Amino acid sequence: MPEDVNLEIFNADPITEDVSDAAPQAETGAAPKKYAPLDAAAESQAHLSAEMKSIGEAYAKALKDGAPAETQPRLDYAPYRSSVLRHPTKDLHHADPETIELYSPAFGHMDVHALESDLTIQHNGEPVGERILVSGRVLDGDGRPVAGQLVEIWQANSAGRYIHKRDQHPAPLDPNFTGVGRCITGADGSYSFTTIKPGAYPWKNHLNAWRPAHIHFSLFGQEFTQRIVTQMYFPGDQLFPLDPIYQSIVDQDARDRLVATYDHDLTKPEWAIGYRWDIVLTGSKRTWTENEAFGTAGDESE
Amino acid sequence: MNRQTNSRMSNPTKLTPTPGQTVGPFYGYALPYEKDRELLAPGSPGSIRLQGTVYDGAGHPIPDAILEIWQPDSEGNVVHRTGSLVRDGYTFTGFGRSAVGKTGVYTFTTVNPGPTEPGAAAFISVAVFARGLMNRLFTRVYLPENEEALAADPLLSSLDAERRGTLIARRDADGGLTWDIRLQGEGETVFLDFEGAAAGGAAQ
Repeated sequence: MPEDVNLEIFNADPITEDVSDAAPQAETGAAPKKYAPLDAAAESQAHLSAEMKSIGEAYAKALKDGAPAETQPRLDYAPYRSSVLRHPTKDLHHADPETIELYSPAFGHMDVHALESDLTIQHNGEPVGERILVSGRVLDGDGRPVAGQLVEIWQANSAGRYIHKRDQHPAPLDPNFTGVGRCITGADGSYSFTTIKPGAYPWKNHLNAWRPAHIHFSLFGQEFTQRIVTQMYFPGDQLFPLDPIYQSIVDQDARDRLVATYDHDLTKPEWAIGYRWDIVLTGSKRTWTENEAFGTAGDESE
Repeated sequence: MNRQTNSRMSNPTKLTPTPGQTVGPFYGYALPYEKDRELLAPGSPGSIRLQGTVYDGAGHPIPDAILEIWQPDSEGNVVHRTGSLVRDGYTFTGFGRSAVGKTGVYTFTTVNPGPTEPGAAAFISVAVFARGLMNRLFTRVYLPENEEALAADPLLSSLDAERRGTLIARRDADGGLTWDIRLQGEGETVFLDFEGAAAGGAAQ
């Protein structure tokens, strides 16, 4: 709820979308390092687009030659300049999930108030912008509904401005819009938010870099291994081909899974435009018929 | 329900998972919440501090990362209680979230996790999110004490000594744990893939 937004936490967060990663170092006392911050502003969209195109073409060729489709973003995707020093260079190490990882934190209605799913009623007045409903279901990889789990969202306002002190985009803040919502999924895995359609916003990855309009989603499954944070986009956005974050998913079918569909049945007359977006988490790794994990719990026999 | 004739024999997944995306720079007013990093009240009996720094490939602290931990209680029980978002001060839920500060440091107040099976190595499950990190990363932080259990741990024993060390916390003089995360480069933390090689998402 907006009045509950903890400004102390929020203001303590030295977050910036400026890609000059070295900037905060002055405050850390760390020894200066050799790498030069990327001067992103000097790079043109054409330069970035050519880079993304070449990665896309290499992927298309690999696919043609029989490589498996990539269903997740690349961790190493240089066109998103901030990822250059922030991706592991070693392959992820395969692990079989163990007991704790086969369960998920439990959230419930004591954690989330029902009204938190409506981002348009958090202040005294109505926020400016196009009122929308975003609804869908959270399923696991086996098609089972993820019931009673936490969904968190955050987004820019209709002018493309985040209520964050480090967002320097000179677009207006909306005193009636915070842009944060939560809900607990229903028995059928369903969720629904009432909000305002976010605007595109500029970031400084390169010159004239604009993010397509999106809503950030944070999701828990029934197992911690199913945890994801992602972004939902709106259909037909002209910024898709230009955006390194969206394009970090090199497979078109996979990218399409992040785009909501307009749903006229969801649209409410004289009220709001409806978008539907279903989310699929990874498959369950737990044997659901037996809770063998609990049998020995609490036995510290070592 | 449908698509039962999936050809990927080793992977029973029938629907393709939705891709992840970076948490971005502006989660700071959305994901943190009051007492998010206090799995129990600081100073309460049995409480310890788990802390560390998140570094990038140049060895610089990352000021815009956020971590989540999920762990059993001190007896090794997996907790199924709600209330992580509205801490009542005495219910241990096993879940916590900590955004790093300006110097890349995260902090949790928690308990030493117990082994979930007799003789198993005790660890805390960790998810890492950051601006510039395209997808969340999973890892584990193990307690340093039980050498025998650590030696027998299936994950740790599949790693060489240097990499193995990145998953084991250091015990501080005050009983707390220190464990740093290096996203890249020398001493790069071991990050985990639970899906198998065919599921994608591995570093290229």
